[in-house]
Amino acid sequence: MSEKYIARSNGIAARVLDGETIVMNVADSSLFTLNEQATAIWEAADGVTPLREIVSRVICQEFEVDFETAYRDAEEVVTGLAAHGILLVSESPIT
Amino acid sequence: MSPEACHDVNVEIGGKAIRLVTTDPDFQASLAARYRAFLNPSAAAGLELSIQLGDHPPSLPDGDVRVSFQDGQWTVTRGDFRSVWCPESGKGVVEQTANLYSIDTVLRIIHTLLLVREGGFLLHASSAIRNHRAFVFSGLSGAGKTTISRSAPADAQLLTDEISYIRRDSRGYTACGTPFFGELGVAGENVGAPVAALYFLAKGNENRIDPIPPAEAARLLLRNILFFSDDRELVDLLFQAGCDFLQAVAARRLSFLPDERVWELMQ
Repeated sequence: MSEKYIARSNGIAARVLDGETIVMNVADSSLFTLNEQATAIWEAADGVTPLREIVSRVICQEFEVDFETAYRDAEEVVTGLAAHGILLVSESPIT
Repeated sequence: MSPEACHDVNVEIGGKAIRLVTTDPDFQASLAARYRAFLNPSAAAGLELSIQLGDHPPSLPDGDVRVSFQDGQWTVTRGDFRSVWCPESGKGVVEQTANLYSIDTVLRIIHTLLLVREGGFLLHASSAIRNHRAFVFSGLSGAGKTTISRSAPADAQLLTDEISYIRRDSRGYTACGTPFFGELGVAGENVGAPVAALYFLAKGNENRIDPIPPAEAARLLLRNILFFSDDRELVDLLFQAGCDFLQAVAARRLSFLPDERVWELMQ
């Protein structure tokens, strides 16, 4: 299985309010709300840490969920955020 | 041939003065009447706009508002006006017909651009002062902004029934009166007070206040802020301004009946 690397897109504004992250795509002012797990993925999206490691190190430990379930959910979150231009996804590190 | 005499009015809203200059004395009189409560001849104007009246609108009919910044100048156009101004020189022009609605829109847009760099904004909201505190009631058309303004008690000072002016300074957030009105047809009072609360309006069967999760409050607030520029830096600033505001000011949902009893909750 190939690795996935994720990075926050440019032109994104974000703030954490009461545990939820509000994200705005500045290009079109569209707004999104990230739940706690999506927020954890968002915060860890440094472009160089593989998604598998983010899930293993952050999601599984913080939310006490098994890896397979967490990774499947994380892929879904990442795909959704990438579709809205909020996250960049690549099979190689994004620097 | 001698140059035409100029006539001006100095319109101060939220502590920011903009001088409007015209060669048409009748239009100057119209401006003075329109912004009567907001005239301050002695205020230092940060911007002077020369209004050039024509018989026909300068832009395409039915054009949407377009705001752009290029080569140090802001350009704002709509079907009925074209305005260009330079923030550095503090000078600009407005080409329009003798229509107060056009200059009114120009002023609104300029104030959104001025406020955003200070963490403030214009909001689709009515607002009023009671007991030295400002209450802001936000909602889109039909939400009840004018209704709640009409039902305000005699001891309330109406700031606007349509566009609220939220200014940020070292003491926090202040709601200021504006001449921008909605169905009420009356300008607000030229006063200001610290914002006590922001309510998102919902018509209901009783008067009640309910909490709103912060994320939902942010969505509602950002949806109701007036902003026309797609400049990424400014949009980012606006987003941060909205979030900062919500961290400082209580935001609630206000369900209300269309009469004065709702004001019993605003003490």
